[in-house]
Amino acid sequence: MTSGRQRHISIQVENLGKLYRIGQGAQASYQTLRDQISRFAAQPLRWLRFSKDSNGIRRNEEAFHIWALRGVSFEVRQGEVVGIIGRNGAGKSTLLKILTRITVPTEGRVDLWGRIGSLLEVGTGFHKELTGRENVYLNGAILGMKKAEIDQKFDEIVAFSEVERFIDTPVKYYSSGMAMRLAFAVAAHLDPEILLVDEVLAVGDAAFQKKCLDKMEEVGRAGRTILFVSHHMPSIVRLCERAIWLQDGQIYREGPAHQLVSEYLTEALGTTPSREWPDFYSAPGDEVVRLLAIRIRNNRGEVTDTFDIREPVGIEMEYVVLEGGYTLHAGFSLHNDEGQWLFASLDTDTEWDGKPRQPGRYRSLAWIPGNFLAEGTMIVGPSIRTEDPEILHLYEPDAVAFQVTERPGLGPSSRMGFVGHFPGIIRPYLQWETRLTDPNPWNGRSSFQTGPFR
Amino acid sequence: MKTASIRLPESPPSLENGEIEHVHIEPYHGRVPLNLKEFWRYRELLYFLVWRDIKVRYKQTLLGAAWAIVQPFFTMVVFSIFFGRMAQMASNGYPYPIFSYTALLPWTYFSGALSLAANSLVGSGGLITKVYFPRLIVPVSSVLSGLVDFAFAFLVLIGMMIFYGYAPTIYTILLPLFLLLALTTALGVGLWLAALNVKYRDVRYLIPFLTQFWLFATPVVYPSSLLGEPWRTFYGLNPMVGVVEGFRWALLGDKPPGLMILVSAIVSIVLLVSGVIYFRRTEDTFADLI
Repeated sequence: MTSGRQRHISIQVENLGKLYRIGQGAQASYQTLRDQISRFAAQPLRWLRFSKDSNGIRRNEEAFHIWALRGVSFEVRQGEVVGIIGRNGAGKSTLLKILTRITVPTEGRVDLWGRIGSLLEVGTGFHKELTGRENVYLNGAILGMKKAEIDQKFDEIVAFSEVERFIDTPVKYYSSGMAMRLAFAVAAHLDPEILLVDEVLAVGDAAFQKKCLDKMEEVGRAGRTILFVSHHMPSIVRLCERAIWLQDGQIYREGPAHQLVSEYLTEALGTTPSREWPDFYSAPGDEVVRLLAIRIRNNRGEVTDTFDIREPVGIEMEYVVLEGGYTLHAGFSLHNDEGQWLFASLDTDTEWDGKPRQPGRYRSLAWIPGNFLAEGTMIVGPSIRTEDPEILHLYEPDAVAFQVTERPGLGPSSRMGFVGHFPGIIRPYLQWETRLTDPNPWNGRSSFQTGPFR
Repeated sequence: MKTASIRLPESPPSLENGEIEHVHIEPYHGRVPLNLKEFWRYRELLYFLVWRDIKVRYKQTLLGAAWAIVQPFFTMVVFSIFFGRMAQMASNGYPYPIFSYTALLPWTYFSGALSLAANSLVGSGGLITKVYFPRLIVPVSSVLSGLVDFAFAFLVLIGMMIFYGYAPTIYTILLPLFLLLALTTALGVGLWLAALNVKYRDVRYLIPFLTQFWLFATPVVYPSSLLGEPWRTFYGLNPMVGVVEGFRWALLGDKPPGLMILVSAIVSIVLLVSGVIYFRRTEDTFADLI
């Protein structure tokens, strides 16, 4: 590799591996001297018999070790924002712990060019007895800032944290939200060239989360390299260009973030845009009606689980009426991945409203308009009910799911180019009207016109 | 055309001035570098941790500074009653209270620093598993923060010297060196125990026993002059012997420690160097074990 090319790489990981000891007991991570002595006394020759291999592991103990990470290689160029996704235990946190030098790899190598800042856990080293001011200095020093640097950024940090009034109060009197905000404010002002982030977005209220995301995007735009580990797929899609998918300690796939996230949701989380029950008698339902299929279609008729926020989403249900005479309504519930119930909908087709159905196969299609749902994973629960008397024939709470993402540059959306956390469980695109009603509200008072407003 | 040729390549400023930080991470093969340069780079963190320990200690306790005085002072009172008065222990002709206090002063610092350092890593597990910094900073900061308690306890000594009418000798200027000897010994042993404590959690229970045993192996309640030469010099193999005798000599004008101090210094340095090496060699497993 030429040095010219190397200069533009921020993170280079080569064949990285980390071996952990897993114990037979709950607390096998550390031992006691007593155990060690009694083991030694019981089998004095054991120590001589087994030589250590190159990794420093006694061969007979190999069975109690597990590779949390193995054979991982990748490069991150300067200014790239890369997301790391994968299930719990896939090695994401281990990777970040190695990159932040908290733990040492068992094999492989890592090179990092640039000042490293990490947000693994905000508030590390906060001491409850010390005041906010004292903790800013202490925490800053722990994160690697120089005192002069903290002096210089102090006011900015305090303003960002919104705890100005309590800055000289011991942190033990802070609410947990205040302490978190102060801690994040310190970390956010570390001003690193490489930022390693692990799930910090779970911090604080929605407004503060937005602030944090904005700050991260600002860091990203300033040409800083960010490696971002999160379970929150919408923020991965929005912040990252590229993503790496870890599975069982290895890189399973990598590619453009939005594409990888949709693959990940389909494959790893088992979300699927269609389910079918070809057999009438084992399909969900009762002796009156049974659900045969539910599919999610885009406006080109394709079955898919990934939608841009501007696209309409079609929910298609197929069902068979086995016994006539019931006034049926197909419908569905929509939840987001945080379990919030967004809405429920019933078949509004007036042709069937209030009419008893005759036996046969039916297909109902409902359209959720584009520019209506927020970003995130949406879970669809189809149901069929009779209205009078009220009978719930079937309800499959999480039959299918789809993903709503927002990619920049695909036309107008209610975001209007606004970056950062956009709160709300739905995102309707509303009709706005704005008019200039009076070009001269100062009524001829010249002092205003010549002032800073001119 | 000419102006175009002098334009700088578009790259971030940090890359241009050549000050870009480079971190290389690789598993150690065999020898582990001591990396004292990095330790020096993190000196401000050391300062802040010492500052935190002191601040918290004097903030939390109502008695504040008095707490630092109570322990050596009352130990001195108890020793004076039991060893000085009842057992009629030799004290080289000095009043027993001042004789024992001159030794208890460095001893209290030493035993406190030793147990703080030994428990420091396990105690700051939250920090160690979340952020990187040279781990040596943790035990070093505990050893340093004990110095404030020492300073307060020293004020009592000054009072006692006035009370008993002892003027300090010229050798008092050497006192910092003897204190340094106590510090390096506490740090050396503290590093060993801190690293072992991470791996073997029952080391913690050994520490009070060790300091108690060590107290009676050190001439705190008795003078080292009970031993004749050359045994007194060999007695210096316990570095705290050198410290205590040094304090008595410098402050009260007791018998000079002589060669013994050299023996103590060498042992102390060996403890410190081996402690640092053992600590560095086991350092990379701390975060995984805590």
